[in-house]
Amino acid sequence: MSKDSNPSTQAPGSIEPADATSATPGGRVWRCGDNLDTDALAPGQYMKYGIEEIARHCLESLQPEFASQVRAGDVVVAGRNCGTGSSREQAPQALKHLGVAALVAKSFAGLFYRNAINLGLPAVVCAEADRIQAGDRIRVDARAGLIHNHTRGEQLRCEAIPAHLLQLLDDGGLLPHLERRLAGRTNNHPAAVSSHE
Amino acid sequence: MTAQPQTLAQKILARACGRTTVQPGEIIVGRLDLAMTHDSSGPRRLQPMLERLGAKIWDLSKFVVITDHYLPANDDDSRQIIRITRDWAREHGLKNFHDEQGICHVVLPEKGYLRPGMFAVGGDSHSPTGGAFGAYMFGVGATEMLGAVVTGEIWVKVPQTLLIEWSGSLGRGVSAKDMMLHLCRTLGLDGADYQAVQYTGSAISALSMQERMTLCNMATEIGAQTGLVAPDATTRDWLQQVAGVDPASIDITQWQGDADAPLGAHQRFDASSLAPQVAAPHSPANAGPIGDHGHQRIQVAYLGACTGAKLDDLRMAASVLRGRRIASGVRLMVGAASLHDQQQAEREGTLGVLQQAGAELLPNACGACAGYGAYRFNADTVVISSTARNFKGRMGSADARVFLGSPYTVAASAVTGHITDPRELLA
Ligand code: SF4
Repeated sequence: MSKDSNPSTQAPGSIEPADATSATPGGRVWRCGDNLDTDALAPGQYMKYGIEEIARHCLESLQPEFASQVRAGDVVVAGRNCGTGSSREQAPQALKHLGVAALVAKSFAGLFYRNAINLGLPAVVCAEADRIQAGDRIRVDARAGLIHNHTRGEQLRCEAIPAHLLQLLDDGGLLPHLERRLAGRTNNHPAAVSSHE
Repeated sequence: MTAQPQTLAQKILARACGRTTVQPGEIIVGRLDLAMTHDSSGPRRLQPMLERLGAKIWDLSKFVVITDHYLPANDDDSRQIIRITRDWAREHGLKNFHDEQGICHVVLPEKGYLRPGMFAVGGDSHSPTGGAFGAYMFGVGATEMLGAVVTGEIWVKVPQTLLIEWSGSLGRGVSAKDMMLHLCRTLGLDGADYQAVQYTGSAISALSMQERMTLCNMATEIGAQTGLVAPDATTRDWLQQVAGVDPASIDITQWQGDADAPLGAHQRFDASSLAPQVAAPHSPANAGPIGDHGHQRIQVAYLGACTGAKLDDLRMAASVLRGRRIASGVRLMVGAASLHDQQQAEREGTLGVLQQAGAELLPNACGACAGYGAYRFNADTVVISSTARNFKGRMGSADARVFLGSPYTVAASAVTGHITDPRELLA
């Protein structure tokens, strides 16, 4: 993988304004390549600003139209090692801020994966992510571990999200989860997971 | 009952969760010995969340804040971030606050926070640097850091250990950075699959502590959760002599993996045959022997970052630059990784060698490595850099071209104006 490990991205095949209100369920797919890095998702020079400004520049070095054209409910589908690089959680946070409903990849960098789940952004591992193409309409069911590709009429299996992380996603991320936990309404924090469960 | 053989990573995690053994794949919750953040990931991000929760840091004596990313603060937004950090430290009476002392991963061990066997997190991806001292340390984002510092604990999926053995010994002009660039190419940026990497072998035992830090720092670049070197006499002596750690608190015998512990993988490399490595834009995985990049012209040689501007890195560069001048039209930018290292370099004459060669000194901070503002490279600038990453646009324009190399290679290239095998100048 050494020589072709730069992220490559392509824009969705067709973007029609009518899509936003069309009856087709699911979000549109934006495709990224292997080793999509956190500098591309949250460029360093904007890190001093709030998430609105960072999100405006999300992916600009690879796919300049992404931030302005992505819509609520869209899905980003990447290759191997999605989110490699920095610990900056603004990388998944920018995607969430832009309304991205889920992230699908053949694999994730571990630190980025934790950040995405902590921020309440479903990140699912799908070995067959390459079967999904830019512009496809898909729906990701993280709990069931399924991706429904409406455009191609196929269903892809994903790895199950571990139970203690599903709990975080259900609560909307680690912060709301901690809020509930500290208020005594749940004690299901990952910190309460005991071994050999 | 016979004790189950365990890797070093397992032993540290077992202690952290109060057990005698843990198994790879199980999820454990460990009590933290230490949590570190910097100006970018620290108070400015944590305080609003602490307020929302009405919560406090679990143990301020185990919480360390270091300023490095937004220094020098060159605009109002950066100044504001630094001010928030300083105000927070003052208001909380934080003793473990190190302002303008250097880059977090280098300042942390230097100030004596790390010990073999510790379980620690850092609000920065290169936190595995702490593994050079036999600590299980890994990076987390700000929200996860919030969870960690409110509860004093964090979950880990017990990793397999990928044992990376370097036999033989490094040749002159070849360093830990070259080992890591070779591993980035060989294993890929996800080669370690978020497991624990442990470096071992004769070439590792021979390395100085700061060279071991470079190895563990760049465990991040091969996708490991943590990087480790089992502690030995070198570890103990450095902690005692440089960091002033009480020797009674350093246990180098307990924190060793068992010889027969099952491993995820065991990879072997030969240090003796390793040539200096250079990674082409825009990935550390684009590495190869330096000969592949012959005569690539450069405009900037950057000796910086936690990865490549510690005292030992400055010494490597000085060994090449002694009695030489950099080529005309080339900038040699040097940002020593910590004030402590810079002062030592000054006392011993290392810094003088760099300056006489034409180096310009940058503050003891992340500088151009972070690409956060104060120093950014323009389009079409070609850079040879001792840093860890060269992702597109990280250090400036998306059209800047950043090559990665060792401190020796950065220095040699500054002298000739093109990417140069340092062995030619050291001969
Ligand atoms: S010097 Fe670079 S790699 Fe090190 S902490 Fe700073 S930004 Fe990160």
